[in-house]
Amino acid sequence: MADWFTDNSLLLGLALLDGLANAALIFMVAVGLNLVFGVLRIVNVAHGSLFAIGAYAAASIGMFFAARGLPPWMGYVALVLAAVAIGAVLGPLIERLLLRRIYGHEDVLQLLVTFALFMILEDVQKLVWGVQPVSQDAPLKFLGTVDIPFGEDVIPFTAYQLFVIPGVAVVTLLGLAWFLRRTLTGRVIVAVTTDKEAATAMGIDAARITLLTFSFGAGLAALGGALASPTLALVPGIGAQTIVLSFAVVATAGLGQIEGAALTALLIGLGRSIAVYFAPEFEVVVPYLIMVAVLLVRPQGLFGVIETRRV
Amino acid sequence: MKRESLLAALGTLALVACAWAVPWLKFILTIALAKGIAVLGILLLLRAGQVSFGHSMFLALGAYTVAFLAPMESEAVLLLPAAALVAAGFGLVIGLFLVRYRDIFFGMLNLAFAMVLYSLLEKLYSLTKGTDGIRVAALSFAGTEPERGTQEWIVFGIALGLAILFGLLVRFYLASPMGRALAGIKTRETRLEFMGVPARRVLLFAYVLSALMGGVGGALIAMTTRHVTPQIAYWTSSGELVFIAILGGAGSALGPFLGSVAFELVRVYAAAAVAEAWQMILGAVLLLVILFAPGGVWGLLSRRWRA
Repeated sequence: MADWFTDNSLLLGLALLDGLANAALIFMVAVGLNLVFGVLRIVNVAHGSLFAIGAYAAASIGMFFAARGLPPWMGYVALVLAAVAIGAVLGPLIERLLLRRIYGHEDVLQLLVTFALFMILEDVQKLVWGVQPVSQDAPLKFLGTVDIPFGEDVIPFTAYQLFVIPGVAVVTLLGLAWFLRRTLTGRVIVAVTTDKEAATAMGIDAARITLLTFSFGAGLAALGGALASPTLALVPGIGAQTIVLSFAVVATAGLGQIEGAALTALLIGLGRSIAVYFAPEFEVVVPYLIMVAVLLVRPQGLFGVIETRRV
Repeated sequence: MKRESLLAALGTLALVACAWAVPWLKFILTIALAKGIAVLGILLLLRAGQVSFGHSMFLALGAYTVAFLAPMESEAVLLLPAAALVAAGFGLVIGLFLVRYRDIFFGMLNLAFAMVLYSLLEKLYSLTKGTDGIRVAALSFAGTEPERGTQEWIVFGIALGLAILFGLLVRFYLASPMGRALAGIKTRETRLEFMGVPARRVLLFAYVLSALMGGVGGALIAMTTRHVTPQIAYWTSSGELVFIAILGGAGSALGPFLGSVAFELVRVYAAAAVAEAWQMILGAVLLLVILFAPGGVWGLLSRRWRA
């Protein structure tokens, strides 16, 4: 066993580094999905499309900036701009025009409305950005690489994936925890999540909170996509991939958990990237194996709380 | 009641007439019937208020069973039950685990199993030829090996026959005490248990039956397209099945077939009219149905009669 570790330390190191960046991205999407589910009680299948559109938008804005001859650090502004634009435009649009009409309908119908939205957004994305791979890796190259000593080897790893992506995820996690627990708006969101009826009776404008939460969640997904965009070649289908992965994270963590989602994202992200290096055939299977294993033992998810059954 | 049977008979006649008058429609209608059989399974679970976002795994199990076995045993009359058994067997094993969960967990665990199957089909290249898929070897029907045109008619006929059979079975089942108990799971499961009805076993029976019908649907699809790829197990394919269930309407065993014929026709015409945006059109249709005709095609039809 010890021999195995020394023989594979380089690969293992790479897997851990990759896994960290990977986990950070999944967390960004999963936490938004979780937040939206908490308030709207809708599993948003189209959440992955927002990730994809965020990625494409960031790449487009980045290329536009580069074509205008703006300095390279503006590439990072492009990432944030894309996320904010999607959160502020697409979020309210979807919530107001579509989701608002189906609150209180059967769960299945709500799920399907977002599935329909997913189908529509997938094609919109193809119409706007085409099916050829789009890539804009200026933000990745700008920061260069860091040499990380790992045992006797040295791994050159991009500073962007090492610091920026996990950094943003950590800031999001801490910021979100602070926001939800310490600010009035955040506490109101928690109140609506826990008991919408009671919250409304206390004079909370649930419609406003719903709009806010959905847009915020959409923005987080888009930010995840924007962050991921320099590290990937963007092709149709990344939205579909992302959403199933974040479903796995949310279900494994248990609904309504933020720190839990972060830990689970780390677990699944690392598990997945270890699989990429050591058993590539099973890369896609690993997240679900983890999920099934967890739910076998804890049906309410790792950190989920059992809800009392209402008779 | 009477009208439902009348509509079923008329629908059957219309399908045969369309397949006869427009030869290329035969292929599409066979696929629609096959998917309709699988959607009957979704309908059962919907009765219990559960939605499976991974039912395409049973389609895939049925389809790959046919593709794997066809070189050894070309007899379609044997391949169909084999596919049904494999799917039902998997349904039983997975179902034993799944019936402990409800709502989002039920849906997502189904999704997880389907995605595991999908990636196995995609990655185990030596067995499944990955994304290239497997060509289904030549089939024989009751000992004969008919030429292509006749064979298409035979598969269409089998699909139609099985659709009617399973449609009647589901109708009978839903009217039985077991079927009524399914609706009880949706409204208040706890009350069901107070009455001494084992809710999990009720759901498990429905799940296995739905898996079996999924397997039959998948086998028929493999026999029609003669080529199976892992795409059949992908989650969007599961989404399609749920889509069809809602499009057709969950109120009647006819719903899935109304839905699947409508779905396949919209898809073909949308793909022909705007190749890049057929998904968008389907999505828009789904939205319109949910927002303005929640009972689906069946709901529209039955409302017309009552008025």
